[in-house]
Amino acid sequence: MIKVLFFAALRERLHCDQYTAHCATPTTVESLLLHLQQHNEQWQQALSGTELLCAINQTMVSHSAEVVAGDEVAFFPPVTGG
Amino acid sequence: MTVFVAVQTDDFCQASEYDELRRNAGCGAIVTFCGLVRDLQSTTLSGMTLEHYPGMTEKALKDIAYKAKSRWELGAVHIIHRVGYLKPNAQIVFVGVASAHRAAAFSACEFIMDYLKNQAPFWKKEHTTEAEYWVASKDSDKVALARWEH
Repeated sequence: MIKVLFFAALRERLHCDQYTAHCATPTTVESLLLHLQQHNEQWQQALSGTELLCAINQTMVSHSAEVVAGDEVAFFPPVTGG
Repeated sequence: MTVFVAVQTDDFCQASEYDELRRNAGCGAIVTFCGLVRDLQSTTLSGMTLEHYPGMTEKALKDIAYKAKSRWELGAVHIIHRVGYLKPNAQIVFVGVASAHRAAAFSACEFIMDYLKNQAPFWKKEHTTEAEYWVASKDSDKVALARWEH
């Protein structure tokens, strides 16, 4: 079980801020994205952008990073604070 | 080094932060930066909403402060970032750096803002009288960050 969070424009496009993914672990961020894309066509489009950033347990990671059961994985667009 | 990080809806007082930074022993220079809400694309901006990733934002800001400390001799770093709805001209972000020397304080303050702009999980949504839209990230922010990566 992986806790998945979405933020900002991505959260609005998916109409979802939190989702529990039930996929085989360990996996990678890339594979998790493919799993999430199967949810529906809207998710397929919104989660295939190359600009999507990812954090595992609140630390920014690349899409090749490993995800294990119990992780908190967040996806979000490029940040615009400051 | 003293590191103070806050993510809050409330406004902050630059003078109080400056007084806190001044308490730092051996501090010979303080550089502060304040970012305000400005109208980026139209004259009809009514305000903006700052969204963030609770927990990760505080962690990211602390990481950035310690990253600056590993490059310069710093006495204290204060970073405050507001979230929620903000009106034009409102204060968004404060960065204050105390150091023995001004060169370190100037550089560290810029370094912290460049990293914050690229790595801290905040997102701006602008509200105009006609519409609302998410602010796009800027390539110039990436270029500003790249100069520190050597």
